[in-house]
Amino acid sequence: MRIALISLLLILTGQSAWAATNIEHWTTKQGARVYFVPAPNLPMVDIRVTFDAGSARDGKQFGIAALTSGLLDTGAGEWNADQIAQRFESVGARFGTGVSRDMAWLSLRTLTDPKLFDKAVATMQTILTQPRFVEADFQREKKRTLAGLKHRESSPSTLADIAFYKAVYGQHPYAHPSAGEIETVKPLQAKDLKNFYRQYYVATNAMVAIVGDLSRKQAEQTAEKLLAKLPAGLKPAELPEVAMPKQGRREHIAFPSAQTHVMSGLPGSYRNDDDYFALFVGNHILGGGMLVSRLFEEVREKRGLAYNTYSYFAPMYRKGPFAMGLQTRTDQADKAMEVLNQTLTEFIEEGPTEEELTAAKQNITGGFVMRFDTNSKMIGYVEMIGFYGLPLDYLETFQEKVNAVTVDAIKDAFQRRVDSELLQTITVGEAQ
Amino acid sequence: MKLQIASAVLSGMFLLPVQAAVKVHERILDNGLKILIKEDHRSPVAVSQVWYKVGSSYEPGGITGISHMLEHMMFKGTDELKPGEFSRIIAANGGNENAFTGRDYTAYFQTMEKSRLEVSFKLEADRMRNLKLLDEELQKELQVVYEERRMRTDDKPRSKTQEHFAALAYSNSPYRNPIIGWPTDIENYTIADLEAWYQKWYAPNNATLVVVGDVEPKAVFALAEKYFGPLKPSDITPVKPQTEVEQLGIRRMIVNLPDKLPYLVMGYKVPVLNTAEHEWEAYALEVMAGILDGGSSARLESGLVRGKQIAVAAGAGYNLNSRLDELFMFDATPAQGKSHQELEAALKEEIEKLKYELVQPEELQRIKAQVLANATYERDSMFYQGMQMGINETVGLGWQKADEYVDKVNRITAEQVREVAKKYFTDNNLSVAYLVPQPIAEQTGNEKLKESK
Repeated sequence: MRIALISLLLILTGQSAWAATNIEHWTTKQGARVYFVPAPNLPMVDIRVTFDAGSARDGKQFGIAALTSGLLDTGAGEWNADQIAQRFESVGARFGTGVSRDMAWLSLRTLTDPKLFDKAVATMQTILTQPRFVEADFQREKKRTLAGLKHRESSPSTLADIAFYKAVYGQHPYAHPSAGEIETVKPLQAKDLKNFYRQYYVATNAMVAIVGDLSRKQAEQTAEKLLAKLPAGLKPAELPEVAMPKQGRREHIAFPSAQTHVMSGLPGSYRNDDDYFALFVGNHILGGGMLVSRLFEEVREKRGLAYNTYSYFAPMYRKGPFAMGLQTRTDQADKAMEVLNQTLTEFIEEGPTEEELTAAKQNITGGFVMRFDTNSKMIGYVEMIGFYGLPLDYLETFQEKVNAVTVDAIKDAFQRRVDSELLQTITVGEAQ
Repeated sequence: MKLQIASAVLSGMFLLPVQAAVKVHERILDNGLKILIKEDHRSPVAVSQVWYKVGSSYEPGGITGISHMLEHMMFKGTDELKPGEFSRIIAANGGNENAFTGRDYTAYFQTMEKSRLEVSFKLEADRMRNLKLLDEELQKELQVVYEERRMRTDDKPRSKTQEHFAALAYSNSPYRNPIIGWPTDIENYTIADLEAWYQKWYAPNNATLVVVGDVEPKAVFALAEKYFGPLKPSDITPVKPQTEVEQLGIRRMIVNLPDKLPYLVMGYKVPVLNTAEHEWEAYALEVMAGILDGGSSARLESGLVRGKQIAVAAGAGYNLNSRLDELFMFDATPAQGKSHQELEAALKEEIEKLKYELVQPEELQRIKAQVLANATYERDSMFYQGMQMGINETVGLGWQKADEYVDKVNRITAEQVREVAKKYFTDNNLSVAYLVPQPIAEQTGNEKLKESK
């Protein structure tokens, strides 16, 4: 592959358009929000139930959100893990769970043939409402988690990412990795997970996204059925605001790798941010575009310093990171970092040219329809719009907002929001 | 926590052929370019892919990885275009584009709003015959490819283990070489090497153009004729067979690398659709991969990860649409306190069961349900549908092969699964590698160096 897809974060969680115009929205009896896009062309449906129960809700027990999510389908109602897996797989359904910093979700893809669909949905409902957290399953999954946490110490890019978040977020709940830390996962008990589940997996803290071949009525019934047995519960308290770092900082982690991994950034943008479109379009020019951007040109095309170089804003409920990065052989890491910083500094000072802005708008709006041309991509947008409370016409107005961005707006937004004096820079590699 | 299987192509995409319920429109231009079109009107988008019959398995020693290097150079200008201009034009038209190299193919693609298909055809036709290879550009791009190799392989102990494993398992098959190439081969490419490789393989009669999307086939054929029609064909000399010799005994390897966890890779030599004496054998092996690793209820996850808890992760995989004989792969990570040997024995026990016990009707039913469902799910992605056609056509199976898939898998019986297990899962066909983790020496807390900016 000519380039890895790492730099796409913002684009992928950003936006898209076909059935964009008709996101239907309602609230279930217990108060869960539902977002539905009919997609009648294929006899299948994607369903996601999402809670504000990501790792930002870990408290001091880093990793509890992830482990709770991982335990859900290992035993529920009368079924053990094998039986649950068989119930889904015997009807060709795909089920999964996961967490990010903001969210915890359960996802289902199934055919809509009633025999298959009903069995898959009934299984998902049981997992959602009656997980068992059996001690033996808990111990096994904890061991597997600990093995994963240990293994990540052999990956320089993962080490860089973890250190980067720590540096950028300090004491904020976004600071630690979603999977947790070895020291905080070890003492966890099954009862801790049960408590976490009871507190956060409640109807008022849930949203449901549905994209697929269902009627509105079927979608309503499905959402009601899925959540019927969840208590209404309470919404958790708002996450704290992210404080900007007081000063720039550089940290090196010694590691015996051929490449030095570089990540640099600071708290960036959040969902519902007034500056979002200026930052998004600006970043597209700086380092967000796939094979065409200033960083790609300066780092890779002109100097051959890296295979992959990028910048992104990853907006979250609170300020998600603005990050730039690359990987390069250690003896040229300083040179590469200089190019990275120089490119950013110039961009902040001068902004993009009119030509660059026009090209970026052409790329973003010209490819707009491709942002949601599959059910998979569509449900990602529906979930994002629902979870972050973005306007339902977010996709409809997206192109307009991109087109309204000016060179001055980008310059102004970057100057206010990306202070290069405050950059947190991590390098992982051999000492130079 | 599913782990990647060594035989996966460079792009890491996992492929299963699907039932093509939608009609495919086919035409061959006078110059030999084959065009395949599938209509998908769900969204006003078109995917265009150009597949060349060349990849790392076509490469002789000394220039391994050159197909991949050439893939990079295809963005570096033609008689008409300056380096990088290709990508700028696609971007300005709202396109997504990229390229990937596998063992059996090199492919280039653009996804665009449907009215821009012409832009894609014009540019792809141009670089099919008019590439301008400049030494100055090669020198820079070589650095990029070194960095790519460091990132993908050199700094990833498991990837490196898989690379060494392939070189152990295959004697003379070109599948023994990494797609990205061996380090000193990469270091020594010249412009002349690349020019020769380009001239040898890049021609309309060695390519397939695949279009999937909201298009009208007649109009697409006309557009293709306009841009690709004038290109001259080449004399293509078929690649030599390089059929893997018979393996005469188990092969073992220890890989010592800095890492945190042990890891095990195993593979049995097996045929594929292209090479099987009886075609059903390949489908039976496909079903076997489903029995072992077709989900959380499959045997490895249920038996070894949850049941015996001897592994924290275990996987199996098989590509039935490769060009040459394949490896049926296993990979696994031992649970804490379990040895490589214990894990290998547990995997072998699962394998022995397949040889002596018939798989359960529910297991076969599950796989059939999954295959049927996947045939629908996969139609959610135009890109994937294009890939199916492109790969099957490029390895010589013909795009129609995908249409038979669901039916052929459905016909596989428990007896046939047992028969292929007995025939191919023998020690004489087996290679095993243990990654034995070495301390990551430099990573100690004290050496963390902190400084203010």
